[in-house]
Amino acid sequence: MKTYDIVIVGGGPAGLAAAVAAKEAGNDSILILERDHELGGILNQCIHNGFGLHTFKEELTGPEYAYRFIKQVLDLGIEYKLNTMVMDIAPDKTVTAMNREDGMFQIPAKAVILAMGCRERPRGALNIPGYRPAGIFSAGTAQRLVNIEGYMPGREVVILGSGDIGLIMARRMTFEGAKVKVVAELMPYSGGLKRNIVQCLDDYGIPLKLSHTVVDIEGKDHVTAVTIAEVGPDRKPIPGTEERYTCDTLLLSCGLIPENELSRSAGVTMNPVTSGPVVNESLETNIPGVFACGNVLHVHDLVDYVSEEAKRAGQNAVKYIADGCKEAEGANVIELCATDGARYTVPSTINKDRMDDLLTVRFRVGDVYKNSFVSVYFDDERVMHNEKRILAPGEMEQIILQKKKLDEYPNLKKITVKIEKE
Amino acid sequence: METRELTCIGCPMGCLVTVTLDNGEVKEVTGNTCAKGDIYARKEVVNPTRIVTSTVKIVGGDKERVSVKTASDIPKSKIFEVMKDIDAAQATAPAHIGDVIIKDVAGTGVDVVATRNVEAV
Amino acid sequence: MLYDVIVIGAGVTGSAVARELSRYETNVCVLEKCEDVCEGTSKANSAIVHAGFDAAEGSLMAKLNVRGNEMMGDLAKDLDIPFKRNGAMVVCIHKEALDGLKDLYNRGIANGVKELKILNRDEALEMEPNLSENVEGALWAPTSGIICPFELNIAMAENANMNGVDFRFNTEVEDIKKGEDGNWHLRTNNGEYVARYVVNAAGVYADTIHNMVSADKIHITPRRGDYCLLDKTVGGHVKHTIFPQPTNLGKGVLVSPTIHGNLIVGPTAVDIENKEGNNTTAAGIDDLIAKAGDHVRNLPIRNVITSFAGLRAHESHHEFIIKEVEDAPHFIDCAGIESPGLTSSPAIGEMVGGMMKDMMGLKEKANWISTRKGVKKTEGLSVEERNALIKENPAYGTIICRCESITEGEILDAIHRPLGARSLDGVKRRTRAGMGRCQAGFCSPRTMEILHRELGIPYEKITKSGGKSNIVLERTKGEVSGS
Repeated sequence: MKTYDIVIVGGGPAGLAAAVAAKEAGNDSILILERDHELGGILNQCIHNGFGLHTFKEELTGPEYAYRFIKQVLDLGIEYKLNTMVMDIAPDKTVTAMNREDGMFQIPAKAVILAMGCRERPRGALNIPGYRPAGIFSAGTAQRLVNIEGYMPGREVVILGSGDIGLIMARRMTFEGAKVKVVAELMPYSGGLKRNIVQCLDDYGIPLKLSHTVVDIEGKDHVTAVTIAEVGPDRKPIPGTEERYTCDTLLLSCGLIPENELSRSAGVTMNPVTSGPVVNESLETNIPGVFACGNVLHVHDLVDYVSEEAKRAGQNAVKYIADGCKEAEGANVIELCATDGARYTVPSTINKDRMDDLLTVRFRVGDVYKNSFVSVYFDDERVMHNEKRILAPGEMEQIILQKKKLDEYPNLKKITVKIEKE
Repeated sequence: METRELTCIGCPMGCLVTVTLDNGEVKEVTGNTCAKGDIYARKEVVNPTRIVTSTVKIVGGDKERVSVKTASDIPKSKIFEVMKDIDAAQATAPAHIGDVIIKDVAGTGVDVVATRNVEAV
Repeated sequence: MLYDVIVIGAGVTGSAVARELSRYETNVCVLEKCEDVCEGTSKANSAIVHAGFDAAEGSLMAKLNVRGNEMMGDLAKDLDIPFKRNGAMVVCIHKEALDGLKDLYNRGIANGVKELKILNRDEALEMEPNLSENVEGALWAPTSGIICPFELNIAMAENANMNGVDFRFNTEVEDIKKGEDGNWHLRTNNGEYVARYVVNAAGVYADTIHNMVSADKIHITPRRGDYCLLDKTVGGHVKHTIFPQPTNLGKGVLVSPTIHGNLIVGPTAVDIENKEGNNTTAAGIDDLIAKAGDHVRNLPIRNVITSFAGLRAHESHHEFIIKEVEDAPHFIDCAGIESPGLTSSPAIGEMVGGMMKDMMGLKEKANWISTRKGVKKTEGLSVEERNALIKENPAYGTIICRCESITEGEILDAIHRPLGARSLDGVKRRTRAGMGRCQAGFCSPRTMEILHRELGIPYEKITKSGGKSNIVLERTKGEVSGS
């Protein structure tokens, strides 16, 4: 087996953008390993429009957005293997993978870019009571069946969870002739984009019931009915509020989980809030030369941000190799903290010596905040105070740190992001 | 005088916007927090449009469905007529991104184009 | 066709009986109302090979439990089933209940359970550091084990089938009459079956079947138990099977590693009347979560990957009924097979096989095959072993189930073997594809593709587990025209 400098695990939007950026940064020894039979990842099944407004200044569908990057990968002659499963990443960056042509093979990489994406939270993890019949799908599985395989799961649909995939599937199933009866959302707010609520539900008269959950699933062989009920502030169902809907399909859109089984076994340190790796300003994990980007790092809502993040991971991997694969000097490390409504930050640390002139720090909030401020503290001093009309858990937020501003604080130990009322 | 209520899609605020119409002409927009809401509401009330995305049957290719979209937005009221044409259509591989799959769908003057490549086998 | 013996039910009991009967020169048929073996009580239980200290002294249950436990080691080797004696602890958390522990110990000794030992608090905590702070003592039963219930059931059925036993699936017995020919005539949804002898191994329906032929009615109460299965990342939270002290409703909520490295928590015990009522309830799951923490600390219940419910076939005397029915000669009941039914199944098979050998005067086959190879597993193979396998069959190079790392080769093996898989659940129970943390989200479309290709089943007819459990309804936009 040929050896490569950079092995990229995953050929979805993150992996593709990382590969292109690494190649453009001057490294010619790159291999993308993709488990599916084509490049593009989950975008191939996201046939709706709304992708690429930031990156390409035009509105593309998922497959079109993916193809812009696939084309660059092909034009740049970047190597990739399809139908190839990465089985293990060793702490020394030896990547073990397998496919039917090559068998099981090992590549000792100088740098590894984790770009495995995320998976959906299944019914089991939600502890929804009732029978366990056919007709229950995570929204993404249904999306694949409808859009790629060309099969309809059912005709009468109830959706639990108002994540964007669930909202998109409500419209998609409606277009294909199904009746979507209701979308129930456990939280008092939707995790999806406003635009999707209006254009996927309101346009077709599909009710969205906030603070509701599924309390029973009927049907021994196949789903025949689903009961939903209102939940109180403790998110427990309120007796007497049950409503029963006959249906043959229940779609679940209840959150995404970064797929970090490989990262964990490699010894990568995880952030319990994001379920993704803890990374520094270079998107590098605790293992020098192992980088992470895209939904495996933290779940994004815009693919444009994934591409942008992945580009940095690709460039930093090349830089790491060009600099002789050395561990970052630990002298000048600033810790990043999220408190008071901010749930996490990516990255978690900044080595000032290695940061670019501008550094984007992304985070999410834990609740809906209106007319509030995103504040940034350098140790105890408030240095940023940006007014926001609205902050919502479904929308990723960002702040931009300037290196020259950090230089004004030579003894800076900790940067804190918080949400403040005033 | 007629009033219509809309949710603005400009940002997560989701302002509830009220539009007052007189003979189909917008007289007043209230409830919006910013200018985006005004622009959105005026368009949405007078001439709401959408891009429609779906799939079309395809024969002779490495896939059995090709994803498609309307090349530009079409009147919202025409969505299901457009879907009817899309459901009835059948393409033949190969099809590449941007290839016209249906010309002038449902009399809208807009073409339906492929959004992915399906190679012939 | 006239069969010598018809066994009703292809759960562990029916399959164990069928396997034992397959030793002899006799023709046997198993009728199963579902589309596969292991569809009832056998598929949803704790998967524990109990030591045998629970059942009442002198009971048939005690005898068969201890015997089944003894047999399991060799059987698992013969039939290539994963099995491990991880040992069990019955944990006492109230000083005043320590006497109960001693009673249990004495009962175990009387039942013939070997190597039992009472542990004090420190000994118990040393062996199992995640026990509750409140532990006062524990009964230690090293012969207790964990097994894959699906594989045990499937392996016994496969082995029976290899030795000539017929299996008829989707065949539900609707009525049984003694014909003028002296044989049993079984009316089913798939026509009539005739046999000289009938073995009733119908699980929660054993009363329905029994009551078709006997005036001496029995009643089986489905006793529902809810379970939670936790992710493999927390499978090592306890090393042994941890029981509370038993009550009159059973052995209580246990916490145990599974043979495949998950952590199982359950069951609850609720008596119901609906024999198909294996739905979980919010109250049941809440109850489970509340109770499980009593004996094990810091239970990582957040890592649940699925919850399910099983129905135990409870007979009011809490005793196995294994005998020829008095007013229905040549009709043998295996009824009331609730826990420790899984453990006891090989011993039940041995007992019923022996009874029938004597009753029917059966002769042993010269060429009986006692062993069976399971689905060739790739987990844990070295790079060289994998590559040898892939060279021979490239399907072993394609991963279908990402969570459990199951290859296409394993799925093909599961489909093309005796009594092979025909549904997603059939594949899942034979290979574990779809049993991991994403719960088949990724692999179900791929597995459907394989079932479609290998068995020629149209997509719309591929089911989760037979019957009306089809996964998809129809093609989008209909079929293509002109093809």
